[in-house]
Amino acid sequence: MSDLGLRDAFPLLAARPELHFLDTAASAQKPRMVLEAEREFYSERYANIHRGAYALSVEATDAYEGARARIAAFLNASPREVVFVRGATEAINLVAHSFPGGWREGDEIVLTEMEHHANIVPWQLAAQRSGAVVRVVPVTDEGRLDLDAFGAMLGPRTRLVAVAHVSNALGTLNPVEEIVCRARQVGAMVLVDGAQSVPGRKVDLAELDPDFFVFSGHKTYGPTGIGVLVGRNDVLPKMPPYQGGGDMIAKVSFEGTTYKLPPGRFEAGTPNIAGAVGLARALDFLEETGLDRIEAHEKALAVEARGRLLRLEGVTVYGPEDVQSGIVSFNVAGVHPHDLATVLDQQGVAIRAGHHCCQPLWHRYGVPGSARASFGLYNTMADVEALIEGVQAAQRLFS
Amino acid sequence: MSLSELYQDVILDHNRRPRRYGQPGENYASAEGTNPLCGDSVTVFVRTEDDRIADIRFVGSGCAISTASASLMAEAVAGKTVAEALALFKHVHDAAMGAAEPDEAMLGEVAAICGVREFPARVKCATLAWHTLKEAIEVAGK
Repeated sequence: MSDLGLRDAFPLLAARPELHFLDTAASAQKPRMVLEAEREFYSERYANIHRGAYALSVEATDAYEGARARIAAFLNASPREVVFVRGATEAINLVAHSFPGGWREGDEIVLTEMEHHANIVPWQLAAQRSGAVVRVVPVTDEGRLDLDAFGAMLGPRTRLVAVAHVSNALGTLNPVEEIVCRARQVGAMVLVDGAQSVPGRKVDLAELDPDFFVFSGHKTYGPTGIGVLVGRNDVLPKMPPYQGGGDMIAKVSFEGTTYKLPPGRFEAGTPNIAGAVGLARALDFLEETGLDRIEAHEKALAVEARGRLLRLEGVTVYGPEDVQSGIVSFNVAGVHPHDLATVLDQQGVAIRAGHHCCQPLWHRYGVPGSARASFGLYNTMADVEALIEGVQAAQRLFS
Repeated sequence: MSLSELYQDVILDHNRRPRRYGQPGENYASAEGTNPLCGDSVTVFVRTEDDRIADIRFVGSGCAISTASASLMAEAVAGKTVAEALALFKHVHDAAMGAAEPDEAMLGEVAAICGVREFPARVKCATLAWHTLKEAIEVAGK
C-alpha cells in the first residue's frame, strides 16, 4: 500500500498541500488528536500534579499517571519503569549520570560507530569524569554492526553497551535481542536508543529486555519537550537521583534527605504534564493506525525511493540493501547535500542534509555527510516522485 | 527567490574549479572555520607583507556556496591591504545578512554570493570563509 490516507489528520500538512515533508526522522508532524489532547488537558483538567489537596490536582495527576500507564502498556513494560524526561537525549544523560554503582576507572562503555551524538557525548563526559573507557563497535560497508568485533570487545570490564535500535542515519535495524543476550553473558547492561524505532515499528520491551530503553515524544508524532526512559524495575531503584528538587523527595531535612522510589525519584520539579498527556495520545494514534501497517508502509516508500535513486547516475545509497525502516540516506556525485536540500526545498521537498548528528559514522564512510529522506506514516508515493524529480533537477543544475 | 539567483554561473564555476585552493608551504598564518550545524570546514592561509595580503590559499570541504565563496574571497582579497580586506569582509557580511544593499562596484564578482540573502538557511555557508579570513588575518598580525 502506498498511502495510509492520514495526511489530513495532520493540520500542518493539510494546510500546506504542496509540501513533501521527508524529515520525519528529525521530528514528526503532529496529528490533530495530539494537539486536541493537549488543548483539552489545559482547558479542562490542568493543575499541578501530586498536590492532592483539591480535586482538580487529583484529575491532573490521574491524567499524568494515566499517560505513564499508557506508555508502559504500549511498550509492554510496567508503569513504575517509565520515567518522564525531556527527550531521548536527557534520558541518556540521566543514565550516564546516575549509572547504578557509578563509573570507575577502567570501566568499559561499548558504543557503535552509527550512534547519534546523543548516544556518544554523554558517555564521553562520564568517561572523562571517571576514567572509564569508551569503545566503539565498527560498522560494515553495507551499514551493519560488525558483530564479531562486538563480541571480541565484550569482557569483564564491560559495564554497559549503548546502541541505537534503528540508526537515524542509515536506517539499519540493529539486532538488539542478540546484543542484549551477549552483553548479559559478561554481566554488562544494555541501553537501547529507540528514538527511531518507536515511531515506526512494534516495540516489545519484555521481548527485547534491555536494562534501559529511551525515546523522544516529538519523533513519535507527540509533543516536543517530552520523552521517556524505561529502566528495568530491578535496576532503577539502584540509581541515585539525577536532578534534585521538588516532587522527587520522600523527606527533606538539613540532616539528610531521602528520595522517592522510581520513577518519581527521577522527576524533579513540575514535569511536562501536558506533554505526557499528548504523547500518550500519539501512541493511541500509532496503535489505532496499526504499527505493522506503519512499518510496512514506510518500508515500501523507502524501498521505492532507494530503488529509483540507485537507477540515477552517480547516486550512492547508504545502509543495508534489505530496507529496514523508512530512512533513506544518499549522496549525489557532484552535488553537496546542502545544495541538494536547497534545490529540493525550492520544489517543496523537505529533506535533511548534513551529518545528522552522526559525524563519526560519516568519517567512517569518508564523506562529510549525506542527504536523508525519511518517511513517516503520512507520506505517499507522490512524495517519492517529488524527491526523485528534485534530485534530477539538482543533477541538471550542477552538471 | 529563485534558484538561479543563488546558483549563478559564477558560483557554479568557482564551485567546480575553486581558485587558490590547496595548502601552501611555510610562513603562512592560518585559521580554521567550521559550521557545526552542517560539518562544513574551511582553512584559510594568508601571507602578509607590510600590511598587504601577499598571498592567500584555502582548503576545506563544503557545499557549492561555501566553496565558491571561499574561492571568490581568495581571488578578491589577494594583493589588497589588510584594511581593504577587512572592509570587504564587513560589507560582504552585511550584504549577505540582508543588512546592507550589495555594492556591486566594491564587490565585483563577489556580489554573486549575496544571492544567499534570500535563503536564510544558507547565509552561514556564504560567510564561513570570510569569518575565517578575518581570524587568519588576526593570527597573521600577532
